[in-house]
Amino acid sequence: MKNIKYEIIANKYKPKEKKLKNIIVSFIVGGIIGLIGEAIIELICHYTKISRIDASTYMIIILIFIASLSTALGFFDKLVTKFKCGILIPITGFAHSMTSSALEYKNEGFIYGIGSNIFKLAGSVILYGIVSAYFFSIIRYLLGGI
Amino acid sequence: MTFKYKNVYIKDTATVVGPYEKKGPLKKYYDKTYDDLYFGEKSWEKAEVKLVKECLNILLKKVSLNKREIDLIVGGDLLNQISATTYGVKDYCKSFLGTYTACGTSVESMIIASSLIDSKKINNAIVEVSSHNMSAEKQYRNPTEYGAPKPKTATFTCTGSGTILLTNKKTDIRVESSTIGKIIDYEQNDPNNMGRVMAPAAIDTIKKHLKDLNRDPSYYDLILTGDLGIYGKEILKDYLKKEYSIKLNSYNDCGVMIYDLEKQKECLAGGSGPVCSALVGFGYLYNELKKKKFKKVLLVATGALFSPTMVYEKENIYSIANAISLEVV
Repeated sequence: MKNIKYEIIANKYKPKEKKLKNIIVSFIVGGIIGLIGEAIIELICHYTKISRIDASTYMIIILIFIASLSTALGFFDKLVTKFKCGILIPITGFAHSMTSSALEYKNEGFIYGIGSNIFKLAGSVILYGIVSAYFFSIIRYLLGGI
Repeated sequence: MTFKYKNVYIKDTATVVGPYEKKGPLKKYYDKTYDDLYFGEKSWEKAEVKLVKECLNILLKKVSLNKREIDLIVGGDLLNQISATTYGVKDYCKSFLGTYTACGTSVESMIIASSLIDSKKINNAIVEVSSHNMSAEKQYRNPTEYGAPKPKTATFTCTGSGTILLTNKKTDIRVESSTIGKIIDYEQNDPNNMGRVMAPAAIDTIKKHLKDLNRDPSYYDLILTGDLGIYGKEILKDYLKKEYSIKLNSYNDCGVMIYDLEKQKECLAGGSGPVCSALVGFGYLYNELKKKKFKKVLLVATGALFSPTMVYEKENIYSIANAISLEVV
């Protein structure tokens, strides 16, 4: 059982996190990233003959490239501190998690370093992304759509 | 368990720090400061090893001793297999004892060295501890470039290395007594609030030390805890007063002192790591004792015995604190 007297005193010195502010900042920043993505698709569609579906793939590649480059140049982590999950949840955060792991373990070699560790953070996203996609596709099938 | 020492003195100390500590208010007390966290090396681990070697070189130069004249090195760090210490001290010692109580390693090592000197088994010993913000982040948390958001209660591992030479030859400052703490479990499990995890250990050790030696807190000019941070520091003061009616008048925390927390927002609740108490203890405290600003001080290094694996397996985080009393002769 927890020492209740200690818990009461310790709780007195627990600072409040600015949760609402963080949520609003994340919402806006995440939205802006979505907007940039949409703008890239529009630009590709407007200036080339690439179809909309293909254009969204190019957009993802462009965002991943920009995110990975800024991780490598060392300022993505500073943006994370500022914009919190707004920048971590979109595809930019996924790219960042892999690039940062690769950078961190590059000194330990290609196999045991980069190879073993690159999915250290992204592994959960991939695994549970696939699992949830599987279940959602079953639901969709049962509802009559393929 | 409290020991009194008759014959243990501090010969000298050396400290080397990284850029964040350099920006802190205790800058003038460090022997060497760096602006880059890599220290000219290619990995964080190698950077920490370099810190250790550099610090030992400075200390040996200061005391004009050859490394063969050092009987023993005792020390540790935060890395797995305390590798920064073992790789760093390899060429410097005839004999070596590796220690680990996380951020409490500095005082633990001093207690071991002092006890061996006092019992006349050795003539002198170097205590060496180190930590590196990035190598610790990499090992205990996420890749360093990831930069996941942290709550305000999180502490910031200090980068640096601290060494102290203890000897049986008389100097101005002596190691007067020490108290070995026990492992405390207050059912805490938030790795982002280590001050709250470690405060009970510091409370237990301070209480035991004062009781064993039948002393009042006012006996000491200053009582310093290792790395409780701003929130842990307040918890300790409040709990000691309310629960045990012990009022600490001149008390501070190394983690709070080492950074300018108003300006250095990235340091959150304060510094941590084995070197935090060592930098303040061997840098600031030693120099102020030499100037006789303080005459009697108690350094209580606190350690969170935190293992990410055990926390993921839903175990609590344990803590420990060891105390050492230093006096001007």
